[in-house]
Amino acid sequence: MNVIVEREKGLLELEQRIAELKAQAAQQPVDMTAEIAALEAKYGQIQREIFGTMTPWQRVNMARHPKRPIGTDYIAALDRFDELHGDRHFRDDHAIVGGFAKLRGRRIMAIAQDKGRDTKEKVFRNFGMSSPEGYRKVIRLVKLAAHLRLPVVTFIDTSGADPGIGSEERAQAEAIAQSLYELAQVPVPIVATVIGEGGSGGALALGLADRVLMLEHAVYSVASPEGAAAILWGDAARAEEAASRLRLTSDDLLRFGIVDELVPEPVGGAHRDGPATVARVLDAVDRALVSLAAVPSASLLDRRYAKFRRIGAP
Amino acid sequence: MPMPEWLRLRRAQAVPAEEAAQWTKCPGCGEMLYRPDLAANLWVCPKCEHHFRMHAFDRIAMLVDADFTEIGGDVLPSDPLGWTDKQPYPQKLQRDREKSKLTEAVVCGFASIGNVPVALGVMDFNFRGGTMGTVVGERLAQLFEQARDRGVPVIVVTASGGARMEEGMLALMQMAKTTLAVRRFQDAGGYYISVLTDPTTGGVSASFAFQSDVIVAEAHAAIGFAGRRVIEQTIRQKLPDNFQTAEFLLEKGAVDMVVPRRDLKDQLVRLLDYGVGATIVASNGRGTAPAPAEARA
Repeated sequence: MNVIVEREKGLLELEQRIAELKAQAAQQPVDMTAEIAALEAKYGQIQREIFGTMTPWQRVNMARHPKRPIGTDYIAALDRFDELHGDRHFRDDHAIVGGFAKLRGRRIMAIAQDKGRDTKEKVFRNFGMSSPEGYRKVIRLVKLAAHLRLPVVTFIDTSGADPGIGSEERAQAEAIAQSLYELAQVPVPIVATVIGEGGSGGALALGLADRVLMLEHAVYSVASPEGAAAILWGDAARAEEAASRLRLTSDDLLRFGIVDELVPEPVGGAHRDGPATVARVLDAVDRALVSLAAVPSASLLDRRYAKFRRIGAP
Repeated sequence: MPMPEWLRLRRAQAVPAEEAAQWTKCPGCGEMLYRPDLAANLWVCPKCEHHFRMHAFDRIAMLVDADFTEIGGDVLPSDPLGWTDKQPYPQKLQRDREKSKLTEAVVCGFASIGNVPVALGVMDFNFRGGTMGTVVGERLAQLFEQARDRGVPVIVVTASGGARMEEGMLALMQMAKTTLAVRRFQDAGGYYISVLTDPTTGGVSASFAFQSDVIVAEAHAAIGFAGRRVIEQTIRQKLPDNFQTAEFLLEKGAVDMVVPRRDLKDQLVRLLDYGVGATIVASNGRGTAPAPAEARA
């Protein structure tokens, strides 16, 4: 059960009551201003309680909120999108959607991880967990972007790469390693945005970028909290404890220099106003692309090298 | 630079004296094995061919011709996250330092193998499960950068459970950092061979382990991305015994060859020989051609 969804219930009830009272007040001559003001004050108080100081685990739940905008919401908000399918070897991985696109008039290669919204979609998208074919599709699209001099824009949202038998048989590790290898030297700008959950190498495979953006309540971690708890203590149920130690929030990662820019979310989280959140992210991506477009490709690669080279350097 | 003390000891006798009077039970066949015999047999069970996980110093001693000059030994771990669980992370590091006699999970340096000068990185499972944190990433990045400037090939022997949880995202980012260093080295013309030993998983397999020109897997090594337990929990069934073994990966086309430990050095010497024509452009733009073959014979 998502702890944010649970905590929001009271808030949503209050919201409904305020709306009802306002509707009544509009129709009846009785003065309800005081009641409405009291309810609104209470609403504000609860909102501050819930969202003012969220624990890392609550952030994880925010990042996994069932109504949070997902990869295809960002794709749908682009000016234009022509999906390109498949890895040319085995199949089309549905956990990653990619293709030619236009953003604010600029031609780009857009690549998004997508978890799916309803049950049917989630199954179709394998809950956002990519198989090797997904990363091989990324490699192919990044090569194509380099060929046509298109900047690469990625949207990261996955609990991790698919941990199945088939994925291992088809060398999941090699696919992720080669995706990183491709992004390392591609001579076009790369902008990556963590929009929900950035889980482990399966997320980083789309995250070796010139500029890394992150939504305020998104999380990005060395392993999913469940995975980290299983690795550290052999007990995935201690995910909340792991989340509290992993430093996976956007402000922590900004401080570590792992993330370059935070994109603020509407009060109450991205899902309270999906379209506004998506627009804010796309604006931030556009700004990043404008500044990167001025950089010659040789210094772009030098800067990319230096950016990651200094992380954890003495 | 003088030969390191540990290397001199390992060359003088197979096992340091204080460890000598020990017997070890083979996890493969249950046979009681005398440790000096086991060491003399490169930590391979003479009965069942079980390959014990090897200490980095033993691995280096087995591979290099004579001397080994360590680099990056002064890069030491800190506690960037202020991590504590059962005990604080610095205490875990201290315990592993004492237990393993290592300062971190990788030892990097320069040596020659079959008279070919090489840069050599050797990971060790005895230190935090061989996990990659900032120090492993930094030492390996330095190794690839210096190998480029010296114009020598790189061999990395991997043994790792993946990224180090206690260093969080800083650990994950070492995948990007090592990738960039590998890519620059190779784009400059450098020749890179990885040797995947038991176990090679997670963030290490998903970065520099699978980015080499030639991937050698040591016999019977467990190699994969997700851990076996994670997969079993996900699919809720037992995996076949050979799943994620070096031999399984060979069959699936993921590695170039599977080599038993006793043949590893000879195999590496042969593989290095194919790289003698490679020319590396150093970061100052100067091309470094390798020494002519006859000069090495």
